Amino acid sequence: MNESVASGLRAWTIQRLSAVYMLAFVLYAGISYTMADATGFDPWLSWISHPFNNIVVGLFIFSLLFHAWVGARDIVLDYVKPHGFRLVKLAFLALLLIAMGLWALKILLTVVAI
Amino acid sequence: MDKNKKRPKYLNLLKIKMPVAAVVSIGHRISGFLLVIAIPFVIYAFQQSISSADDYQLVLTALDHPLAKGILVLLTWSFSHHFFAGIRFLLIDIDVGVSRLMSRASAWLVNGLAIICTILVSGALL
Repeated sequence: MNESVASGLRAWTIQRLSAVYMLAFVLYAGISYTMADATGFDPWLSWISHPFNNIVVGLFIFSLLFHAWVGARDIVLDYVKPHGFRLVKLAFLALLLIAMGLWALKILLTVVAI
Repeated sequence: MDKNKKRPKYLNLLKIKMPVAAVVSIGHRISGFLLVIAIPFVIYAFQQSISSADDYQLVLTALDHPLAKGILVLLTWSFSHHFFAGIRFLLIDIDVGVSRLMSRASAWLVNGLAIICTILVSGALL
């Protein structure tokens, strides 16, 4: 493992940057929802199909998964003691998060209106 | 040296009095854990909600189930606690509210706001 992976600074930075992006997104999504003329399937589909919304949701999920990685990694490092078992858990966690990211990306791409 | 022998050998969480900031911190970890567990279920609901009008309706119907409502209440607390506690930590990172008085006040505020949000959303759901 090289030094930049082992040091906590990069994880700390990822956690903070993703938090700030998600904070901004949540405010935007809240305002969008409040200002929407109607609710229901059609307005929802057109909102998510709009390229801008589609991209900011995609970036939100990207931030969320990185944020989840840092947080869940901290939990594993704090409570999972045997070193080998720890690596297995971290690898499993990383695979799950990557799979969820690809899944979400596929969903977003099926509806984006270009 | 005699005094040292009386020190506890472990921290019994039920016997020590935790400062309010510790409650924020533990709540932040528990809520973060619950939110991570929720991610795949939310992605699935998201997928169904945009696939067709019928599926959209099915998601709403499923969320109307008492068990789903209970989970939504728990996730509302998780989200709001994580959200407010996260803002508090970010502010402390940039040296805002570091003093003992301010950090205690903001810790109470975070715990309180999360509970208020949870009560408001629970009221709307039930």
